[in-house]
Amino acid sequence: MTELPTTAALLPDSASATGSLRGSVASRLLPQTRFGGPIPWVIAILIALVVVAAAGGLALRNLAENARADLSDAVTVQIIEANANLRASQTDAAAQALTGQKLVTSVRVVPEAELTELLEPWFGASVGSEDLPIPALIDVELSRRATAIEIEQLQALLESQAPGARVDAQSNWLRPVYEALAALQYLALALIALVAFATAAAVWLAARSAFANHRDTVEIIHLLGGTDAQVTGIFQRSVARDAAFGAFIGLALGLGAVWVLGQQFSSLDSGMIAGGGLGLRDWLVIAAIPLAGIGLALVTGRITIALALRRML
Amino acid sequence: MNERVSEIVKFDNVGLRYGTDPEVLSDLSFTLFPGSFYFLTGASGAGKTSLLKLLYLAQRPSRGAIRMFGKDIITLPRVRLPDFRRRLGVVFQDFRLVEHLSAFDNVALPLRLAGAREADVIKPVSDMLEWVGLSHRAQAHPATMSGGEQQRVAIARAVIARPKMLIADEPTGNVDPEMALKLLRLFEALNKRVGTTVVVATHDVHLLKKVPNSLIMRLNKGRLSDPTGALRFPPRTSTVASAEALP
Repeated sequence: MTELPTTAALLPDSASATGSLRGSVASRLLPQTRFGGPIPWVIAILIALVVVAAAGGLALRNLAENARADLSDAVTVQIIEANANLRASQTDAAAQALTGQKLVTSVRVVPEAELTELLEPWFGASVGSEDLPIPALIDVELSRRATAIEIEQLQALLESQAPGARVDAQSNWLRPVYEALAALQYLALALIALVAFATAAAVWLAARSAFANHRDTVEIIHLLGGTDAQVTGIFQRSVARDAAFGAFIGLALGLGAVWVLGQQFSSLDSGMIAGGGLGLRDWLVIAAIPLAGIGLALVTGRITIALALRRML
Repeated sequence: MNERVSEIVKFDNVGLRYGTDPEVLSDLSFTLFPGSFYFLTGASGAGKTSLLKLLYLAQRPSRGAIRMFGKDIITLPRVRLPDFRRRLGVVFQDFRLVEHLSAFDNVALPLRLAGAREADVIKPVSDMLEWVGLSHRAQAHPATMSGGEQQRVAIARAVIARPKMLIADEPTGNVDPEMALKLLRLFEALNKRVGTTVVVATHDVHLLKKVPNSLIMRLNKGRLSDPTGALRFPPRTSTVASAEALP
């Protein structure tokens, strides 16, 4: 009875083990909370916000790019002349002069009926009459985006043919809109950065709290020869589980919100809004958000626990 | 790690204070040799637990030098401490079992931390639990166990990996005399069969006489009584103070 059991283990080779504990063992060393704590849900809300912000930012980028692509390689020539006959002759002359230019790929004189139809909702049935003349419009497609000097050269070319002609680069009309869209994109990026910071802060607080709650267990593990890597691994399992749960719940919530918003905007039936649709690459970026969230939580958790362990012997 | 050393532990002029309080241990100089059996005695508050904390590497001294297994542990980076701790078995006065782990998992912890395969854990742990009479309580959690049962789990955990040095703080304080003797015989078996150096802190003088040729270290107000200088310069073949010589 006094003899030591013969199977009491000797640890000749394993005594220098420094790796992580096996999964099932590590998971038992800290009591599992079955997602009862607030952290998975905080992460879910934060990830949902990032998904919505990212989807919004990507949609705005697509919208701006599509609009820019449509408009940047074109100019509009307005023939501003009250006399209808003179306006018609100047329009023909301007169209002819433009057709021969190297930069110009196509010239289309917008029919008066089309202009009238466009303006009628605002000016009423009298639009286009002698009382309310409207300028003639020429849509000019260019082989590339024109520089300011080239626009001035086109203007100069038309001076002699049509003194009332005015050349407008279409991209200039929408510059304030582009600038507003860019500001919104930066806002979305700032929101994502803020939420990422909040996620890291939440994980930091949770890891510190978990460490404080289980400090006795950590001390015992240390005194029995556990390494910092093993202790960190135990906590990281817990952080990873909470973060994964929260991230995928957050993704589902965020996608739901994006879908609802998408339905709302698509019902507007606006050509410009249609340019803000999300492509495959955008969806892949959105799908990567929960993974990035889990990664951020793991790194934050690891750093937090490592710093706490450094204060112990 | 497998180097042969002539001494397990060597303290040289070691002092320990907590914060700015007066020293709880002063001028400790002694050597513990491989395969020896030491009793550490002294009144409550004499500094026994503080000395044990230094021995099981839960505390660094405020001054002096400590060598353990041939290495200066004062300057040892903390990342290397686990290697040394794995060569120690510790029975804490308050047991320090992991509350949410079963008795089996508590005993298995040193093996698992050392990287033992799960297949190599089950039999030794089961045998050890059987030896301390707790086979039927293998799945019980500490909160549901009596003090004596917890103490036996703590002892099983301390010896499961056959440590090079076993440090026990009042290991028989919560068990009946029969179990106390049995546990002491386990320590003796470890000491004689495996060559484990054993340090047992106790104030039970009857216990001291149960282990022939054991050495006595007596602490008094943080200082080791060493009238003959034997603790500082111990003879390899004789005791510092023979347990049989005690009243």
